[in-house]
Amino acid sequence: MDDLIQEFLTETKESLEALDTDIVKLEQNPNNKDLISRIFRLVHTVKGTCGFLGLPRLEKVAHHSENIMGRFRDGGLEVSEDTVSVILESFDRIKDIVESIAQTGTEAEGDDSVLIAKLDAIYESTGKPNKTMANEEVFVPVKAEETKAAVIETKQFTAEKQEEHEVEVEVEVDHEHDHDEEHEVEEVIVKAAAATVDKKQRKANSGEQTLRVSVDVLENLMTTVSELVLSRNQIMQILRAQEDSPFAAPLHRLNHVVSELQEGVMQTRMQPIGNAWNKLPRIIRDLSVELGKNINLEMKGQETELDRQVLELIKDPLTHMVRNSADHGVETPAERKAVGKPEFGTVLLNAFHEGGHIIIEISDDGKGLNVDAIRKKALSTDVITKEEAKDMTEQQIQQLIFAPGFSTAAKVTSVSGRGVGMDVVRTNVEKIGGTIEMKSVWGKGSTFTIKIPLTLAIVSALIVEVGGERYAIPQISVKELVRISKEANDENHLEDIHGAPVMRLRDRLLPLVSLRKLLQIDEHADENKKSKIAASYHNGKRVENSQVVVAQVGSSIFGIIVDKVFDTEEIVVKPVSPILKGIKLFSGNTILGDGSVIMILDPNGVANAMGSRNADAREMEDQLQENLEKNLNDAARKTSLLIFKAGKGAKRAVPLSLVSRLEDFDVKNIEVSDDKKVIQYRGKLMPLIPFSSVMVMKEKGTQPVLVFSERDKTLGLMVDEIVDIVEEYVDVQISSESHKGLLGSAIIEGEAMDVIDVGYFISQAYSNEWYGKTQSYTSSGVDTGRTVLLVDDSPFFLNMLTPILGAAGYNVISANSAKKALEMHKQGKKINLIVSDIEMPDMNGYELAKAIKDDDCTWKDIPIIALSSHATPQDLQEGRDAGFTDYVAKFDREALLRAISQIGDR
Amino acid sequence: MTTARNSNKAIDDLTSNDVSKEFLTIIVGGQMFGIPVLQVQDVLGEKGITRIPLAPPEIAGAMNLRGRIVTAIDLRYKLSMPKREDNAETMYIVVEHENELYSFIVDKVGDVLSLPESAFEKTLSTIDPAWRDLTSGIYRLKGQLLVILDVPVVLGGYFNKEDSVA
Repeated sequence: MDDLIQEFLTETKESLEALDTDIVKLEQNPNNKDLISRIFRLVHTVKGTCGFLGLPRLEKVAHHSENIMGRFRDGGLEVSEDTVSVILESFDRIKDIVESIAQTGTEAEGDDSVLIAKLDAIYESTGKPNKTMANEEVFVPVKAEETKAAVIETKQFTAEKQEEHEVEVEVEVDHEHDHDEEHEVEEVIVKAAAATVDKKQRKANSGEQTLRVSVDVLENLMTTVSELVLSRNQIMQILRAQEDSPFAAPLHRLNHVVSELQEGVMQTRMQPIGNAWNKLPRIIRDLSVELGKNINLEMKGQETELDRQVLELIKDPLTHMVRNSADHGVETPAERKAVGKPEFGTVLLNAFHEGGHIIIEISDDGKGLNVDAIRKKALSTDVITKEEAKDMTEQQIQQLIFAPGFSTAAKVTSVSGRGVGMDVVRTNVEKIGGTIEMKSVWGKGSTFTIKIPLTLAIVSALIVEVGGERYAIPQISVKELVRISKEANDENHLEDIHGAPVMRLRDRLLPLVSLRKLLQIDEHADENKKSKIAASYHNGKRVENSQVVVAQVGSSIFGIIVDKVFDTEEIVVKPVSPILKGIKLFSGNTILGDGSVIMILDPNGVANAMGSRNADAREMEDQLQENLEKNLNDAARKTSLLIFKAGKGAKRAVPLSLVSRLEDFDVKNIEVSDDKKVIQYRGKLMPLIPFSSVMVMKEKGTQPVLVFSERDKTLGLMVDEIVDIVEEYVDVQISSESHKGLLGSAIIEGEAMDVIDVGYFISQAYSNEWYGKTQSYTSSGVDTGRTVLLVDDSPFFLNMLTPILGAAGYNVISANSAKKALEMHKQGKKINLIVSDIEMPDMNGYELAKAIKDDDCTWKDIPIIALSSHATPQDLQEGRDAGFTDYVAKFDREALLRAISQIGDR
Repeated sequence: MTTARNSNKAIDDLTSNDVSKEFLTIIVGGQMFGIPVLQVQDVLGEKGITRIPLAPPEIAGAMNLRGRIVTAIDLRYKLSMPKREDNAETMYIVVEHENELYSFIVDKVGDVLSLPESAFEKTLSTIDPAWRDLTSGIYRLKGQLLVILDVPVVLGGYFNKEDSVA
């Protein structure tokens, strides 16, 4: 560009900036002659030079400005609020034009007629200040033909504005216009007025002495100081190894000085984050208008400082997220009212320092992330498969917004949906070594938290060792360190699934990656290092000294297996040589205090490297889950059994859950009624039955009794002695019919024992009331006339549940496998309800349900209740998906009965 | 700098009118190569290299040179020569390219030779095909060939072959 023009621009810019502050003062001192003179001189100079340099547009604006300044200066015209606005406007215009020249070398095209008209209007006015109103009122005579031009011009004009204000403007349109045009003009003028510089909110140059310094100079300074810091570190390291050195004192002093210098230089690059935020109020305002929502933007912590470079990099992500909050988050006033929220939605920006980082929170009190919409969108854009969608928790679905190519805007508005997306935001944030997290509650709002290191160059890193070599892991990604336990049952034990290591860390499964493997160290191991490696080799099942660095990248948490962990050090990140740029695992390298060069790991790269094994990771997680379940299953199968002696001293067992109470009655209290022994028990008469007729009844002392109760009926089973309570897998071998009262036998604690059939005894006691006279457990009492099909592969449970269901008034048919159940279906058995176990061999409960719910099945509409030892929400969901009407835990008799009766009521 | 024993010190028929360039001579795998002196930053003895995992095989590792990180390139590998034996002599020639430092790992370092441009031969028919892309030409010295390395190309072909060595 022409040197002359360049000079002109620099000078003008400086003068304009200097005057900025003064203009603000002008409003308070409207008739400060000195000020007016200065302004006059400026525009006068500008005008003159423009003519000389051939900048007609600028000249024109300056000329008209000069006119009114002249009138102010020479008296005759009083400065008022309105006129100050116009002066400011003209200033801004001059600035804009100057800027456009700076950028393109020539004046931008534009029509300043509106402004000029205003200036002229003032010029021609009588000097009486316009009535100042609370809001800016601008009367702009606009000719009909000029409307379009005015629209364009003011649009341009407002597009360059940096401040945002809520201003109301009335537009009186005298001429006839199209309704549209009128509206357009109105809209535009509203914008124009809103864009009018409000003196109070102007960025005040507080009058500090400032100095212009080229950015490159500062960069160089920064780099040099970083090197100095490194050297200082090296020296201090050496010093530490020395015992009594004459260098100690001066070097300590040097240490302090360098630290101060480092801080000082970092200061030069620090800028308040408010600078990145200053465009946002305007953006929010525009969005509010465009979307018809009422949005408040609150900003806290504007003065929080951060590195200039970082500021530049997060400006756009911040804008994007604020827009998102406005567009997707905050609801319309109507919607908000409907849910009881205040009409004005709030977007809150909060910035503060925390431990070497700057934290920026962007939160809104809108409706939060719509998980269903996200899921749908992710499916439709193939971000996830249907299979994956099934397994994902709500949180995982929410995290999908960070996936590349994702956007839930149904259409691309000017606001969102351009596919710019949160993945770009995340990438940008991570590029500078930061992290971004998101929390969202449906109906309440969302909060995004960005965490950025204060400086880019110097980073805290954890030094680890693998295969005899050291590596650095950025501290920001390190969540915790865990030592691998050798003990098999310890929590932090390394488990192996399909050759892929995992570890259980508190409540989650942590996928692990061996850094040694990832870096393919063993293949290139030096011979003399091999012995060192062998000692800590982990796949060979010897895991001494192995540590796991638990790292977090975004929302994925994983563990990196290393040999040793040293400490955390401040390191200067140096980019890798271009030849090595392709290695995604490294984000740079550095020189440690002892002079050695080490590579800096990129946790992102590590996560991705694992991610290619993600399918495996999933698989193995499923596998482990399966194993866990199996264990649970087995645990479930363990039943508490009460061991007692009855009849010839033989030991018997009964499921403890069936026993209501253990009592020891005084023999004296046992009465006889109707040939049967009874005892008064809790206000009722409880029948007492001996376990077997050969039992010798006690004549005195106490009689141990097992009390069983079903609803309001109780039964006391008299036994010889209560022995013990144990937990065992109940694997009942069904005995033949002849042993009444016995279900079968089982090995309990190494002994073969009889497991008694409670139902038998109950029927003995209440032959008429609980059950029919026969031993088929058909109900007679509260007969509902309905038939229940009970499906369970365990005869024990069949026998336990049958009487319960019978007592509830159902006719019970039992099947000990799903197959049998389906056979019964083929046989045309009529039933009203199915109660089925889930865990059955061959065909499990889900499959049975699906088979039944099949269209061809006549049992399709019959309600099915699932019985299972698990009842996690996922199980419940799966159950419902399979077609179960309800899902009940196996041991919960009450729940089962409740469920049945509920269904019965339908 | 160690002085080599087997370098031919001068070309006798150098005329004073010839423009001459200076080359640092190095020995790699028994063959003498030359690098334009102006491209050489440093010559170092054994310095200590940190291996870089997953790096291409010609990258021997990284070194620390006065606070700057230097990427070491094994010339033997680049020139398709057999691996150097353990404990063999090595020297490092540090060059700078596009603001990055690299070092060539060589067996021995020779003298700096001043050679006339006129003697530079671009014809490479005599050159081992493996070297053809990495070299820009040769000088016929008394008793042996001096092969001139094209540094930017040697640095991996990641850069454009903008400036040839001649």
